[in-house]
Amino acid sequence: MNELALAIPWLGKRNPAAARWVVVALAVGAPLIAMLFGKSWVRILDFAMLYVMLAIGLNLVVGFAGLLDLGYIAFYAVGAYTFAFLASPHFELHLPFWLVLPLGAAFAALAGIILGLPTLRLRGDYLAIVTLGFGEIVRIFMNNLNHPINITNGPQGINMIDPLVLFGWDISKPLKVGDEITINSLFLYYYVFLACVVLSVILVQRLQVSRVGRAWAAIRDDELAAKAIGINTRNMKLLAFSLGATFGGVAGGLFAAFQGFVSPESFSLMESIAVLTMIVFGGMGNLAGVIVGALALTALPEVLRHVAVPLQQAVFGQVLLDPEVLRMLLLSLAMIFMMLLRPAGLIPAYSRYSRPELVVGKEAGR
Amino acid sequence: MSATPLLQLRDLRVAYGAIEAVKGISLELAHGELVSLIGANGAGKTTTLNAIAGTLGTAGGELLYEGKGIEKLPAHLRLRRGLALVPEGRGIFTRLTVEENLRMGAYCRRDHDAVEADLERVFTMLPRVKERLQQVAGTLSGGEQQMVAIGRALLSRPRLLLLDEPSMGLAPLVVEKIFEVIRSVAAEGVTILLVEQNANLALEFSQRAYVMESGRITLAGSGAELLADPKVRAAYLGE
Repeated sequence: MNELALAIPWLGKRNPAAARWVVVALAVGAPLIAMLFGKSWVRILDFAMLYVMLAIGLNLVVGFAGLLDLGYIAFYAVGAYTFAFLASPHFELHLPFWLVLPLGAAFAALAGIILGLPTLRLRGDYLAIVTLGFGEIVRIFMNNLNHPINITNGPQGINMIDPLVLFGWDISKPLKVGDEITINSLFLYYYVFLACVVLSVILVQRLQVSRVGRAWAAIRDDELAAKAIGINTRNMKLLAFSLGATFGGVAGGLFAAFQGFVSPESFSLMESIAVLTMIVFGGMGNLAGVIVGALALTALPEVLRHVAVPLQQAVFGQVLLDPEVLRMLLLSLAMIFMMLLRPAGLIPAYSRYSRPELVVGKEAGR
Repeated sequence: MSATPLLQLRDLRVAYGAIEAVKGISLELAHGELVSLIGANGAGKTTTLNAIAGTLGTAGGELLYEGKGIEKLPAHLRLRRGLALVPEGRGIFTRLTVEENLRMGAYCRRDHDAVEADLERVFTMLPRVKERLQQVAGTLSGGEQQMVAIGRALLSRPRLLLLDEPSMGLAPLVVEKIFEVIRSVAAEGVTILLVEQNANLALEFSQRAYVMESGRITLAGSGAELLADPKVRAAYLGE
């Protein structure tokens, strides 16, 4: 929990307890605040939660184990397509989500191992190239597997995916409380996603301080030395790939249910890079940093979309720069300034794999 | 009569692809011995050591540890049998603290109380390290890093310690300190195989030594014998 407190750097150091409450309040109240700006912002928040999950998963692979993965979005795709196959009219299957979501996670984990096995000996740039290729292969498969047998429905994607139904309660429909108040499904999705994020955070924090987390830290710093102290580096690297992929798979399944529609274009290389950018921006290897990075970089392009277009119209009378172009431009600028000013990210990771509470104390003492 | 040697290499060969770096070497270490393997750059010393530790596969020959062949045993299982490597260039975990580095050495151990006791033992052996427990290991000086690496290996309670060029890149005074540490480790009964380019120092410290040249062992003998050998003096001691 102290890592969460660090998400607010100034308060987090002085008064971790207060900072923690602020974080909790923000997390719970976020959709209400977003609602003030319109429903579309609640939707953006929902997506932000999915990106947070992706960032947490990728951080496991890149930040903890030091394996640079540029094809991470493939696992998101595997999770999303698994959901689409098993819970949509496409194959006339409508399995319940509590079965489909774990299956998607399991397939993603399997995909992680499939990627991990041939790349065990690779590191750094070489690994990055192979994972990049892997991500593209998965996307291209999704794009082209409509011939000769239609499996993925090709570029058109799969439509009318079942929404999340929790204990017989369809959360894609507004919830009526009494006669007066109805709660929009966007809110419901937000809290479901938030629950998943909280669960992921707890899991990953436990992992980080476990034997597995220590082994990853060792492999990241020096693989030969890790072997020399008796770590089974092969299994640990495969575990990193598959566990990281699991988070991607779950996020993918949630995405498919939330969106109701999946198509290959959601899983392009740019998405992998966007998630990687989030964790680099936030602070690779630091859970709080990664979450803040994901939130910031999901919100930034949306703010642009809502501000840049009206602004350009007001000033120039026309839209000169497409928000999408601006997004890439500003993301790159953000990265460049980050590398110059805070090369380790917004909230840098500290050496400690163990006992994050010591990090807070140490920081305060500096 | 003679007991089984702790480690025995019989015609061991190690290759990188088609290139054979170690072309059939035989050597042995008895329990409690301090033996060094000296030779020029590229002679195959580090390769030999990595093959013994299991971080490299062998291409032929036999590798016996306590009389049993361990050629096929993966590196992490060799450590559990008491075979610890201090890799060349120190190989410490630069982003972890000194204490974390040391504790990593005990990664495979479950006897937590004994680990704490061993940690204390390492501290008395390496007082400099104890002063810097909470420092990030990457910020230590080269000599201190080497000591951390040795300390880490000791925490696995090795029976055979493989040291790969502990003197590399260190000032002569620091090297002497490192060798003092090695001597005290040996005094505790740990068998040591030391790979060194600093032939003079290595021969002075070890009971026996092997000289390696382009993948083969060309000379063997006691430290003192080799120190006096004119060929060794000419080739490695600059005379």
